[in-house]
Amino acid sequence: MKPVPFDYVQAQSTEEALACLKDSDRNVRVLAGGQSLVAMLNLRLVRPNLLVDISQIESLSTIRQSKDILEIGAAVTQAELKQWPGLAESVPQLSMALPFVGHFQTRNKGTVCGSLAHADPSSELPLCLAALNGSVVLQSARRSRVLNAAEFQTGMLSTACQPDEMIVAARYPISREGDGFAFREVARRHGDFAIVALAAFVTESKIRLGIGGLASRPSVREWDILSEQELDEALNAFAWQLKGSDDIHATARYRRELVRRLGRQVIEEAKSARTKE
Amino acid sequence: MSAKNTVGSYVGQAIERQEDAALLGGQALFSDDLPIAAGTLHAAILRSPHAHAEIVSIDTIAAKALPSVAAVLIGSDIQQYSDPFITVLKRPIDEWSLAVDRVRFVGEAVAVVIAEDRYKAEDALDLINVIYKPLPAVINPKEAAKENAPILYPEAGSNVLSERHFKYGDPDGAFAKSKHKVSIEIDYPRNSQTPLEGYVVVASYNKFDDAYEVNANFQGPYTVHPVMSRALRVPGSRFRMQTPAHSGGGFGVKQAIFPYVVLMCLAARHVGRPVKWVEDRLEHLTAATAAPNRIIQAEAAVQEDGRVTAFRFVQLDDYGAHLRPPMPGPLYRQHGLMTGAYDVPNLAITNRLVLTNKTPSGMVRGFGGPQIYFAIERLMHRIAIELGMDPLDVIRRNLVASDSFPYRAAGGALLDSGDYQKAIDLGVNDGGLDELKRRREKARAEGKYYGIGYAAIVEPGQSNIGYLSTIVPFKERQKAGHKGGSVSHATIHVDPMGVVSVTADCIPQGQGQATVLSQIVADQLGLKPEDIKVSLEHDTQKDPWSLATGNYSSRFSSATAVAAHLAAKKVREKLIAVAGQALNVTTDDIELTGGKIVDSKNPENFLKFHRVAGLTHWEPGKLPTGMAAGLSETASWAPPELDPPTEGDQINTSLTYGFLFDYCGVEIDPHTAEIRIDKYVTTHDSGKLLNPLIANGQIYGAFAWGVGCALLEEFAYGEDGSFLTGTFADYLCPTSVEIPEPQILHMETPTPFTPLGAKGIGEGNCMSTPVCIANAVCDAIGAENVNLPIYPAKLLPFIDREETAPPQDIALSQRQQTPDGGRAIVGEGNIFAPTDPETVWQTLLDPRHLAAIIPGCQNLEVVGENAYRADVNIAVGPIGGMFRAEISLSDLDPPKSVTLSGSLAGPLGSSAGSGKVRLTQEENGTRIDYTYSVEVSGKVAAIGGRMLDGASQVLINQFFKRLIVRLGGEPIEKPTLWARFLRLLGFNR
Amino acid sequence: MRELKSDRQHKITFTLDGRQVSGDAEPHLLLSDFLREKLGVTSVHVGCEHGVCGTCTVHIDGKAVRACLTFAVQVGNRRVDTVESLSNNEGELNDLQSAFRKHHALQCGFCTPGILMSVEHYLRHNSDPTESDVRDMLSGHLCRCTGYVGMVRAIMETAAKRKSGI
Repeated sequence: MKPVPFDYVQAQSTEEALACLKDSDRNVRVLAGGQSLVAMLNLRLVRPNLLVDISQIESLSTIRQSKDILEIGAAVTQAELKQWPGLAESVPQLSMALPFVGHFQTRNKGTVCGSLAHADPSSELPLCLAALNGSVVLQSARRSRVLNAAEFQTGMLSTACQPDEMIVAARYPISREGDGFAFREVARRHGDFAIVALAAFVTESKIRLGIGGLASRPSVREWDILSEQELDEALNAFAWQLKGSDDIHATARYRRELVRRLGRQVIEEAKSARTKE
Repeated sequence: MSAKNTVGSYVGQAIERQEDAALLGGQALFSDDLPIAAGTLHAAILRSPHAHAEIVSIDTIAAKALPSVAAVLIGSDIQQYSDPFITVLKRPIDEWSLAVDRVRFVGEAVAVVIAEDRYKAEDALDLINVIYKPLPAVINPKEAAKENAPILYPEAGSNVLSERHFKYGDPDGAFAKSKHKVSIEIDYPRNSQTPLEGYVVVASYNKFDDAYEVNANFQGPYTVHPVMSRALRVPGSRFRMQTPAHSGGGFGVKQAIFPYVVLMCLAARHVGRPVKWVEDRLEHLTAATAAPNRIIQAEAAVQEDGRVTAFRFVQLDDYGAHLRPPMPGPLYRQHGLMTGAYDVPNLAITNRLVLTNKTPSGMVRGFGGPQIYFAIERLMHRIAIELGMDPLDVIRRNLVASDSFPYRAAGGALLDSGDYQKAIDLGVNDGGLDELKRRREKARAEGKYYGIGYAAIVEPGQSNIGYLSTIVPFKERQKAGHKGGSVSHATIHVDPMGVVSVTADCIPQGQGQATVLSQIVADQLGLKPEDIKVSLEHDTQKDPWSLATGNYSSRFSSATAVAAHLAAKKVREKLIAVAGQALNVTTDDIELTGGKIVDSKNPENFLKFHRVAGLTHWEPGKLPTGMAAGLSETASWAPPELDPPTEGDQINTSLTYGFLFDYCGVEIDPHTAEIRIDKYVTTHDSGKLLNPLIANGQIYGAFAWGVGCALLEEFAYGEDGSFLTGTFADYLCPTSVEIPEPQILHMETPTPFTPLGAKGIGEGNCMSTPVCIANAVCDAIGAENVNLPIYPAKLLPFIDREETAPPQDIALSQRQQTPDGGRAIVGEGNIFAPTDPETVWQTLLDPRHLAAIIPGCQNLEVVGENAYRADVNIAVGPIGGMFRAEISLSDLDPPKSVTLSGSLAGPLGSSAGSGKVRLTQEENGTRIDYTYSVEVSGKVAAIGGRMLDGASQVLINQFFKRLIVRLGGEPIEKPTLWARFLRLLGFNR
Repeated sequence: MRELKSDRQHKITFTLDGRQVSGDAEPHLLLSDFLREKLGVTSVHVGCEHGVCGTCTVHIDGKAVRACLTFAVQVGNRRVDTVESLSNNEGELNDLQSAFRKHHALQCGFCTPGILMSVEHYLRHNSDPTESDVRDMLSGHLCRCTGYVGMVRAIMETAAKRKSGI
């Protein structure tokens, strides 16, 4: 379990990093926290020619809050975000989900944007991005573009990020008055990838539910406020559309069951979190 | 010696460990930390991605051409210097240290690269090209035992290598007479305690002496030493094995390092330099070893009052692809004790040993106990249910009576001592069983799922080295010579300055044995434990050893500890004799205390310890007549109770037998079926506790692994033999969050069979905890049976039998749902092409088009009619690699349907699959429907199990999208009715 | 912008356990291997090389991280601390180490250095943890010997003593 040989650049600025990505002859990979990437490198699942380390770029190490958006730079670690004062008020769902992201030790180095870039179908941070309809800022030497979560994550470990692009920031919408949130996750073991993760976001008129762990990427449904029976039917339909699959940790049926059962619970929780405000 | 010579009392005290400071400070040296000779080279091993395949060819030219590579060895290279490993059964089942002609499990060693460093060695692995011809694999032991199964060793004629029937008492009569017959079938999974330090071997070869030297974290038993030396074709004297003082966990597992020891010896010989190999985690989980999975049909003849009169066990034990010594130990380790803690006079056993295409089984903590106790204690629970009794009453009614020790069990075990009823009283009272029952009542009244489980087991300690000979009939044993007993050694040396050093044959893996030995020796010599320097590195050319040497079968406290006690007594007696002469008093009056050797009648008359020790070195001429000079004593210990198996196949499998009584309360979440252990009480009678701190540590550790086995841990395989748990994200070891703190209760009934009175303590909870939790889960949800590991998805059907049906507008998937999780990847899809079916058909059949459609395809060559070979660069997200692809089209029905079949092979693994493609003419084009089924094996299956489904889908979608683009269309999946409906409503997906 | 080539050794200078040191590494050399093989810091143990077991945990700039998921070339001019920084030159264990010994929080001791480093970082920012907090933090490590009981006791005791200034 040792990585293949590769060249390495510790980029000092975003421009430097993007310049490296222009080289289309080489398989270039961006290294931020490395908590997924380096494990894959060690297993030789990923065989880059060049690794561009963006973890020391100062301009990417900031968390900025504007009126509507919390913008998290690509070098910000999960631990930094978790400790960021005011997170529980600004983006309550992130503050609920972050304790489930890996462990204390991996959060110290793993980045928020790195988790989005890795696009694991069971990961919490991409799920929250999808549930909240957040977006990522992609930049290349020639352009910058903003993709919303659904456009960005295209499938299993796959994103719309082009070889010459990298994520420079993630944008999570700020909670508004009257919004309610809840997060729940079932894993076989603490800190593992979720069997099913659920992120609920409820407003006065809408229910949004994001599910991770069933399909090849987080899936979101939005409903008007439904009656109990309508909600049960909607959750059942959602569960069957996602279908899920059997693996060594759970059955597809179990995954669907959690969508039905916990889906209802997290929506109720989010509703009551709302009314409390 | 007179009783007047009292000894110290460090034994029995919870003394902090002398090992700890170096470990805590980072100065302790483990195998990989030891200095190596300059010029040492490093090895990496190429392993089979297939569960069963013929090796057609191995091309190592490119790997050997790398400047940093010293050599690449394959099976035919090592055959000239070595022999196959000897096996317990004389059958044509030769295993070499590298695969020869055929691979039989995923992870089997196929080639070894020796290079400047591990990184470069792994670079070379990528360049070795092996062509395999896959064979049908067999994973399920029941299937493997069938006549028409794929056979691993065709020369052996069957995968069932041994079948023996045993009868003790009159089981048939007892069953005929019994009022009730209660039965259960259990299927115990494969698991291992997976030490955090993997295998490490450093080997060198001295060509002038034709001798090998090895330093490895091998843990014994040293019955395997001759296995290694014979494979290397040298006498034991020319195969020197050294083991380090610190090993990063053993749990039995570090026995199975031995094929790699031989392999690295051969590698060192080949390159003429020392070779070092450090096993990595993927290698360890895939290919190190596992406890055998076992299917047991267990049946009890039961009287109206719950009294069991007979047990019948039919066992099918699965040893994986090879029968490595000392296998099939787990099938016989408990043989004398198959009645557990119960007084059951009649017993029938059928033992069958089968091979399958899985990693070879080996020693793992518990060693046969977890499997058989799972059957016995689940059976006792079933008896209670079927007779409408309380499970604890059934247990109590059948226990071996307190006044019957030593008690000869039906199978031959001589239970040394105990008071099982009293231990249960202790557990029930001090553990608070009544309160737990109230908690269950309350929880159930609130609509919760809450259950209580029990387990009462006997924990064997120190194996009879001859028990495995029970596998052959008495006449064969007579011919070969009877085997029994167990020998241990310890040596104590006192230097001229009075410094006491101890060496012994226990090969520690973290159990604190140095500390315990220091307590034992300090007591005899009137010193403090910190005065005793214990060095447990072992060297077969310098230290005494026997077949039994090593760290296994909870051997230490009744074996090596006793040898050290006896050696210390010899030193003590010698010191008393020398001091008696010097102090001019009778030896009966001499005390060794506080670093002094004292005339107990006149405390002013004493010599310091070091003075007396010094006399044996400085004035050997003045020692009492007949006394040897110096002060070094070795003691060996071989308890007489360990006889060879009798003519009637009775065998006292172990020396000591402790008792455990466990119970626990578990709560199952009614929504998620998640399992929470509410309370766990474990009561132990392990005889005299030598160091209660360390004893409890053993219990906590065994318990933690027991919880892991109950709820999390399993080496999982696909039906095709692919291995699915190659990382610690797939093979789930419990963390601090999953392990509750158990309540430990002790009573101490010393064994009469050793002078220290201590029994084994390290394995009991590996045996009792899994079944105790399973019993509680069954009690909670009313399940008749449940197989390990018990995870929520398995319990769901008990909580909610029927799944809510899908809405009518969602087409039901054809996917097969299995309760335990099906493992074949199947899928389906459809796509729309803007051309007529004939054009689609022509495109699919044209190799030029095909080359453009297959993702990452390079240089497609035609190898037959509609058959192609290509190099493809496959990627899913960032993960990718080169594969050799074979593709063929069959069942051609132009232009309607065709079957696409193919296989992939590359460093990331191998895959085979097929898909049916159907073309239907529609308005403005063709609807293409496809179904597929894929099997994936090798590295990607082992580490990416949970993503294989999605990844396969990604690749197949890529194929069809490229087809559509090739046909001049837009790759739009035909939306389902539901998706169209959603889109109408403006939802994003 | 300096590109470090794959086939060359690059000199890395950094602060290790309070001393400035340097060593040579190719870009793909893992920090765990670099510390062990090039600098002789064998107290950094390697258990899984995919970030799950936590055995290799060290501090980089004061934060507990996996050395097996870090490259040597990433630590240039930074501060790396290992378990060897916890005890003094006279061989005295610190309070946490002593508590581990007292509560039998280790058996084989292979996972222990990484765990100690996690705890040291954690306690600096969480001076009054509950047992469940401690178990949550510890879940980033695997120990196969102890069942974690002694560790939890040792950590709770150390936290309480440090908080009360004992």
